[in-house]
Amino acid sequence: MSSLNAHPFVELTLSRMRLFFREPGAVFWTFGFPLILTVALGIAFRNRPPGPSAIAVVDESLRTALSNNPAIALRVLDEPLARLALRTAKVDLVVLPGPPIAYLYDSTRPESRLARALAELALHPSGPPATVDKPVTEPGSRYIDFLIPGLIGVNLMTAGMWGIGYVLVEIRVKKLLKRMIATPMSRAQFLLSFVVMRSFFLLIELPVLLGFAYFAFHVSVAGSLALFTAVALLGCLTFAGLGLLMASRAQNQHTVNGLINLAQFPMFVASGVFFSNSRFPEVVQPWLRLLPLTALNDALRAILIDGAGPRAIAAPVGILAGYALLSFAVALRIFRWR
Amino acid sequence: MTTALRCEKLVKKYGNVTAVDGLDLEIERGECFGLLGPNGAGKTTTVEIFEGLNDPTSGTVEVLGLQWSKNEPALRERIGLSLQETNFPERLKVNEVLRLFRSFFKSGRTVDDVLDLVSLREKQDTWTENLSGGQKQRLAVAVGLVGDPELLFLDEPTTGLDPQSRRQLWDIITGFRAAQRTVLLTTHYMDEAERLCNRVAVVDKGKIIALGSPRELIESLGGPEIVEVQTTQPVHDLPPLPGVHSSKPVAGGYLFTVEQLHVALPEILRVLSPLGIENLVTRRATLEDVFVHLTGRKLRE
Repeated sequence: MSSLNAHPFVELTLSRMRLFFREPGAVFWTFGFPLILTVALGIAFRNRPPGPSAIAVVDESLRTALSNNPAIALRVLDEPLARLALRTAKVDLVVLPGPPIAYLYDSTRPESRLARALAELALHPSGPPATVDKPVTEPGSRYIDFLIPGLIGVNLMTAGMWGIGYVLVEIRVKKLLKRMIATPMSRAQFLLSFVVMRSFFLLIELPVLLGFAYFAFHVSVAGSLALFTAVALLGCLTFAGLGLLMASRAQNQHTVNGLINLAQFPMFVASGVFFSNSRFPEVVQPWLRLLPLTALNDALRAILIDGAGPRAIAAPVGILAGYALLSFAVALRIFRWR
Repeated sequence: MTTALRCEKLVKKYGNVTAVDGLDLEIERGECFGLLGPNGAGKTTTVEIFEGLNDPTSGTVEVLGLQWSKNEPALRERIGLSLQETNFPERLKVNEVLRLFRSFFKSGRTVDDVLDLVSLREKQDTWTENLSGGQKQRLAVAVGLVGDPELLFLDEPTTGLDPQSRRQLWDIITGFRAAQRTVLLTTHYMDEAERLCNRVAVVDKGKIIALGSPRELIESLGGPEIVEVQTTQPVHDLPPLPGVHSSKPVAGGYLFTVEQLHVALPEILRVLSPLGIENLVTRRATLEDVFVHLTGRKLRE
């Protein structure tokens, strides 16, 4: 077999695959870590009803009225002790007998406001009209539905930038790049082999992550699975381009480390991976939407949660494609081969 | 056409530092040509310009009758090389590395063929990180050979190797040359150059200071024997001695180039004995002595 002369692109891609699968650390960070993260966050933020509200009263006079509601955990304490319990958040509300009845609570604490509402309801049962509660646990509106596309996005970003940027610089530092360009090797094929490797891994990762999310958390893609995969591939390409850009001039691993971290940090925080970027002030939002990871997450979420079609995600897809084109164009122009 | 490589007025400057300082060289096909010199003499810079991996500041280079600026793809198919330092991917097997590099060339040797040539057949399934220094170096040379080059560049192929590994590499190079191929190697081992090269250029500070066959260069010293003497007291003035061609002060003593040892030795003893002889060594002259004679310095300082 070894006497057969294979195609250089095939050999380059095969080499990349072999090197990847022979490095257990790389395999773990690419395939294992995202799964562990999904499980951990899925458990931490699983949907559960809030516990009963802790309310303290200072004498027996209000006890009967308040203890009827099972959503209230009632304690009877001396006033100083009750105030102390409130300060240290052991109770959410202290009710002092009147007249008039007084509520002691911190109005900035959601728990306290809930406790006050419960107490008000218990003390004036005829007040509000009768209503029926309908808890919302529909797929699509839970935290895990928000989280899964974000995790896929962030995984595409880190794997793309590290897997290409860092590895390329390593090859340059080892003088292997110089050795390779001293042969008739096609430089385009060399770089393309990295992109193909990443795309190939994506096609393994994506079913694993989506399959796991489906079976463990009943998360399913509301829109087209093909479109979801296509957008993920575009994201993969975009971050491959950015990785290439980070690696294009760097002469050692420290430089490329710094560059990749610098590029990734704002996106980790502000691209809506773990929480919605709507928590940031209005003025910066248009800028956050221009980050490649924000665009990727927005598009993936729109397909997974809202079942969005191609037209609905045109804007983020355009942003991604722009980054991909620009980064490849610049990186190829300034790439340090020698 | 019989010229394998020609360069004229080759200059390479890095800022204020001149690494190559006006080099002229012509290497015939079928030669094994050695560039000798101490570390920092500009050997690697020169070779990398020849290999098309570095651009000269000025001067012209012609490799196999072609120029890098115009014919790079064609030239890449026809030359082979090993760099002074290459780390192949640690977790690729020997035969995988060779197959990868072989795939880059339109024509060349088979991987099996090259494995036999460098005696790495039984290591073909070993990850490169588990090879010894000598085996790694042989792999590097093998990678240079897969394209079946007409011209092979080897930059310090045996530096840091044990004697046995060096001899193995010498055999590989001798075998390659036997097929009327051209080799250009750099080294700071004089014995290596004497053994492998039909012509050498001694390089110092980016310039060629001597050029010829190892034998011619050694004969230019004027005598085939060297006497090195170290004395307790410093030597001030030496009269011309019979049988001695030339003498040169070196650290702690004197170095004599001698035509006839049996005539010169008694005279040297007679003159230097009153100064207290600490040590006296005689040996055949080598290229090392040529370098010392030309520069007053040793090669590996």
